[in-house]
Amino acid sequence: MPMPLADLESHLRAAFPDAQIAIDDLAGDGDHYKARIVSAAFAGLPRVRQHQLVYAALGGRMGGELHALALETAAP
Amino acid sequence: MTETTEAPGAHDFIAKTVADNEVVLFMKGEPDQPGCGFSAIVVQILDHLGVDFAGVNVLESDSLRQGIKSWSDWPTIPQLYVKGEFVGGCDIVREMFQSGELKTLLAEKGLLSN
Repeated sequence: MPMPLADLESHLRAAFPDAQIAIDDLAGDGDHYKARIVSAAFAGLPRVRQHQLVYAALGGRMGGELHALALETAAP
Repeated sequence: MTETTEAPGAHDFIAKTVADNEVVLFMKGEPDQPGCGFSAIVVQILDHLGVDFAGVNVLESDSLRQGIKSWSDWPTIPQLYVKGEFVGGCDIVREMFQSGELKTLLAEKGLLSN
């Protein structure tokens, strides 16, 4: 079951209120997105930890509602 | 013979696998026939760098497929482990490969033959 882009964006904005967020819908099916997130929350963390924060923001939906989310994360 | 929930056996298997093999890729499908594009990308990168690795097909077991996600607190496959440490999935491996970090990491750990 896909996730609308607006829902994905609102989950991410809720978790990273300071962030610059850009989301691309890669396949037009609501199931393959690419998100670039720049947030101070990522400062000093290894990439694995940064991405784990994003997955946590999605509250377990990754792998369920959402099949593929390509992530690019960085601190400002 | 169905395993629908993650059994303690899965974590034991994962622990042993990453301890016994220096580079392990938990993936969908087999290294010579990946079952998904993301797994295929990581295989391609490892082959390009000339790294020996153990490919573990999580599609063979539901308990393994769930167990690897709870083991690493990471919701997706593929997952690359180097000397027991979770390095990342497709996005991270690709980013590290493009920046040269992956080659450096593997070389530092004595895992590159060339």
